[in-house]
Amino acid sequence: MRLACPICGTRDRREFYYKGDAVALARPDPDAGAAAWDSYVHLRDNPAGQVRDLWHHEAGCGAWVVVTRDTVSHAVLDVALARPEAGGVQ
Amino acid sequence: MRLQNGGMVDRSKVIRFSFDGVPVEGFAGDTVASALLGRGQRLIGRSFKYHRPRGVLSAGSEEPNALVTVGRGAAQEPNVRATVQEISEGLEVFSQNAWPSLKRDVLSVNDRLWPFLGAGFYYKTFMWPRAFWEKIYEPVIRRAAGLGGLSGAAPDERYQKAFAYCDVLVIGAGPSGLMAAKLAALAGADVILADEDSQPGGRLNAERLEIGGQTGAAWGQAVLAELRAMPNVRVMTRTTVTGAYDQGTYGALERKPAGSPAQEVFWRIVAKRAILAAGAIERSIAFADNDRPGVMTAGALRAYVNRWAVSPAPRVAIFGNNDDAHKTAQDLVAAGVQVVAVIDSRPDAKVPAGPYEVLTGAVVEGSAGRLGLTSITVRHQGRARKIAVGCLAVSGGWNPSVHLTCHMNGRPTWRADIASFVPTPGAIPGLTAVGACNGAFSTAACLREAVAATREALAKIGLEAPQLEIPSAEDAPYRIDPLWAVPGKGRAWLDFQNDVTVKDVKQAATENFRSVEHMKRYTTQGMATDQGKNSNVAALAVLADATGRGIPETGTTTFRPPYSPVSIAAMGAGGQGMGFAPQRFTTSHAASLAAGAPMIEAGLWYRPSFFPRAGETTWRQSCDREVGFVRNTVGICDVSTLGKIDIQGPDAGAFLDLVYTNMFSTLKQGRVRYGLMLREDGYVMDDGTTARLGPQHYVMTTTTAAAGEVMRHLDFVSQCLRPDLDVRYTSVTEQWAQFAVAGPKSRDLLNQLLETPIDNETWPFMSCGAIRIGGVEGRLFRISFSGEHAYEVAVPARFGASLFSHLVEMAKQHGGGAYGMEALNVLRIEKGHITHAEIHGRTTAFDCGFEKMVSAKKDCIGKTMSQRPGLLDPMRERFIGLRPVAATGKITAGAHLFNPGDPAQRAFDQGYVTSVAFSPDLGHDIGLAFVKNGPARIGETLRLVDHLRGVETQVQICDPVFIDPEGGRTRG
Amino acid sequence: MVDLMAAGPAQGILPLDVAGFSIRAADVGHLTHVAPFAGQAAALDGALRAAHGLGWPAPNRSLDAAPGRIIWFGREAAMLIGPAPGAALADHAALADQSDAWAAIEVQGAGIEDVLARLVPVDTRLASFGQGHTLRSQIQHMNGSITRLGPDRVLFLVFRSMAATLVHDLQEAILGLG
Repeated sequence: MRLACPICGTRDRREFYYKGDAVALARPDPDAGAAAWDSYVHLRDNPAGQVRDLWHHEAGCGAWVVVTRDTVSHAVLDVALARPEAGGVQ
Repeated sequence: MRLQNGGMVDRSKVIRFSFDGVPVEGFAGDTVASALLGRGQRLIGRSFKYHRPRGVLSAGSEEPNALVTVGRGAAQEPNVRATVQEISEGLEVFSQNAWPSLKRDVLSVNDRLWPFLGAGFYYKTFMWPRAFWEKIYEPVIRRAAGLGGLSGAAPDERYQKAFAYCDVLVIGAGPSGLMAAKLAALAGADVILADEDSQPGGRLNAERLEIGGQTGAAWGQAVLAELRAMPNVRVMTRTTVTGAYDQGTYGALERKPAGSPAQEVFWRIVAKRAILAAGAIERSIAFADNDRPGVMTAGALRAYVNRWAVSPAPRVAIFGNNDDAHKTAQDLVAAGVQVVAVIDSRPDAKVPAGPYEVLTGAVVEGSAGRLGLTSITVRHQGRARKIAVGCLAVSGGWNPSVHLTCHMNGRPTWRADIASFVPTPGAIPGLTAVGACNGAFSTAACLREAVAATREALAKIGLEAPQLEIPSAEDAPYRIDPLWAVPGKGRAWLDFQNDVTVKDVKQAATENFRSVEHMKRYTTQGMATDQGKNSNVAALAVLADATGRGIPETGTTTFRPPYSPVSIAAMGAGGQGMGFAPQRFTTSHAASLAAGAPMIEAGLWYRPSFFPRAGETTWRQSCDREVGFVRNTVGICDVSTLGKIDIQGPDAGAFLDLVYTNMFSTLKQGRVRYGLMLREDGYVMDDGTTARLGPQHYVMTTTTAAAGEVMRHLDFVSQCLRPDLDVRYTSVTEQWAQFAVAGPKSRDLLNQLLETPIDNETWPFMSCGAIRIGGVEGRLFRISFSGEHAYEVAVPARFGASLFSHLVEMAKQHGGGAYGMEALNVLRIEKGHITHAEIHGRTTAFDCGFEKMVSAKKDCIGKTMSQRPGLLDPMRERFIGLRPVAATGKITAGAHLFNPGDPAQRAFDQGYVTSVAFSPDLGHDIGLAFVKNGPARIGETLRLVDHLRGVETQVQICDPVFIDPEGGRTRG
Repeated sequence: MVDLMAAGPAQGILPLDVAGFSIRAADVGHLTHVAPFAGQAAALDGALRAAHGLGWPAPNRSLDAAPGRIIWFGREAAMLIGPAPGAALADHAALADQSDAWAAIEVQGAGIEDVLARLVPVDTRLASFGQGHTLRSQIQHMNGSITRLGPDRVLFLVFRSMAATLVHDLQEAILGLG
């Protein structure tokens, strides 16, 4: 499996650490309520098809990336920086 | 027998090897199979279950029968296909699965017992008594059945793994592959051409066919030479592409020639496009006793005659259901081998004549010959007739090698006109199958397909293919009438390797194992090294017939990587010995070794357990002494392995407030604070001290074990949750060599080294700052893991070894010295400090007694979830200390705790022990544990039970701080 | 009072000559991790030019201006190699002295790409990894930095503690060639 890191270029999967669903990006407010936090921390869909998940390019540039892929065909549809707007440099 | 003329072997180079200890001569270019056939040896192995005599069936990696063991001792390699093993000087080859000898194999008695050993016999026979399976049946069956064995010794050859990249990967260097590679190369693509043979060319080397007016072999050599001269082409011989994986990644096994520094290299090849030109594998036809040595596929016989100039026997018959059989006859005649008869099952076949008898509408229905074929029985026009031959070439048609196209769950498509499965286009993104593996069986069709598909593949990667003339080549149609099994009595073999017969498959269907996957597992059809390459299609055709379904409805079993066997050594290449994992050494490593310290692994780090001294015979003696250093005078310990993260920026404080439960933005410069880090689910992730070095500058420490995880977590928080915070951080773990200087004499010792002496006013407990020590800029932290008056001193790592030796030397002058991990652990347990034994992923701040560290003034990672009522329930297992009621009582880690009088069963569990030590100060065992409602139960007596070690002890719950609970020593 | 003695990460292990390859501890001087603060990229680029004649490197690139070199080292990070960092850099970036944190090991020899192919899961052939290119990737099991210094010269950086492992892995890769 290969992922196109937006910074480093396409790299072998072994350079990446897998975290899980990209829902982790949307951290609720502390007082959002039990249901919102339960959903954020625990509840995950398990679709046969398109998923968005977070990977860390740990052995490369260190960027967290959002990978859109298909769990049936294994096609990688998109890889984007989790924080595209920051820094101004790469 | 070796033919007088012809072949591609180099008769000027004689190579001597041995087979079962007997010397054998062959020529350069020979395989073990061709060399043995060349000296008339047809019997090469014994079959898996029935121990039937077996010979060579094929001329390639699909060989099911001729499996041998190569080498001996550590170099011994079992189940090598004799058909691909090149001979080399001194090579030792051994037959398998035969005892005492290949010719007289005791277990061939199994063959007489065949009526009892059919499909499923294990499941039916070895049912009772139940206990017999593990003790008796399985060991006996394992000894009786099977293939070659392992030596048990670790291999001493070198295996490697490697990565390669290209625009176009061409798999297979037969006519299609060579043509594809040539076009791609001329277009300027970066090309890898991989072929499993030592001599690329595929069927070109096995056939007498012409391409562009020259022999196919010569054309192949010429193209190959052209390719090898081009800088953008890499020709990889002896390289089998074993698997197709996601995003254009392919696995490939390269076997190096004898005498190479590496035995095998396992490649990961990344290709933008791939052309699969893997060819086709000929299938046999099942008839009674079709497995005798001397019976082989017709294409294989052509290869032996044309490429290696050998024939298994002087007199040969040919049996087929397609035109290919006649090609074999012509080649044999041309090579001077006597063809006795050609038996064609097709009644209406239009076939060429030759100097041999041609029987159309005829079948072979039996054979004879104990250790090798002596005759066949032919049924023609209703009459059976015996023909004496030493070799029978069988052609049941060709199966395209679709395997790689199915590695991503694709299923092949049935083509009735060629009675075979072909690849389903698009099954592997970026891969196109061409030539015989795509069902194109004439050379001209192969070349045409290769050019068209390569042109298209090149266009997809923005390369324009030049005009390339396709050379002329034979374009004969492929005519076949399917014949899978000849009806009749006796055992007709489908899968030679697993001894599966037509009857077995029919029996599976009768017993309702009708799915092809169930039939496979019930009969063992298609398992082991050849994975049914020779037999799967025929077996499922027989199954289709038995179940009344068509072949396409029956479908195939799942093709999985690897295409052909890959040794574990190649898969795990580079991982042997020191290659298993990096070794991380501290700057004091050499000094610790010199002091005789046994090293223990802490993650990848190596740390000293203890530093033995003369007269000490147990680790406990050393450990107790080292604990005494710290409690009574001064001890030195390398703590460099703890993670250190340099954190800077205007928002550094806010960032730390978010990742830690407690406040760091308010920490004063020059001060250190202990911090607790939670996961978002409210459980403890890690702990450690963080020091504020400047207004916008902190240095965080993590535990040794969690350093990588914390770094990743910081990246996540910074990039994914709070990108607005202007904070930068990097690991400085390895920049600093850091040593604990601990004990009542620690300050005295340091003041001998520091350029500016310190005292309790300038350096109170939990202070930090820059220092100069031994002429070097360093850092000093007054922190304590032992509960004593202690410091950690850090210098740039290049000075670590030097500082350590000075510190230890000076400590010795104070009656102390170095201490290792054992003493460090005792000291922290005596002080009730937690480590990952306690923060093991299932404990919260509340459980650890740190609930007050979760600041009410701010949010932090894990705060919301840590406040869930269930995580604040006092009845949770919470952190306490344990002491034995009797001083001699044993406390063991992992033991569970029960109320007195309760049985030691899970339902009555009150908690568990996480850390234990013998406290030299207290003179008895102490423990740290988590007990239900623990802090409220101080003074209660519990029953400690360790089922694993057979320990039972009366223990008392106590405060987890065993030494100096007021902390006076730390601040002293 | 004592004077502390310095020891390099590969002391006692290097130099080595193995089958036509030389493996040597590179004398790189200072290593400074440079990470620009928010919005400071352009200013940092200017400060690097002024102080060292080097700009900010693009991803996967290194810049060379003797005696200094700067190699891209990850997202929003670079390693300044050679001189001590100019004082002005600290106004725009977090600086961390890493001179002792990394083992810098230089390997030279014809066929170095075959060595790299056995250790690094990235296309490191000259055409795609040429002069002025650098990578963050794995070297066998270790995360590290790989910089092309010449057609047959490469600089490896791994954590100091793993210098011996890097030397071991390099030797294994070299000895299997051919």
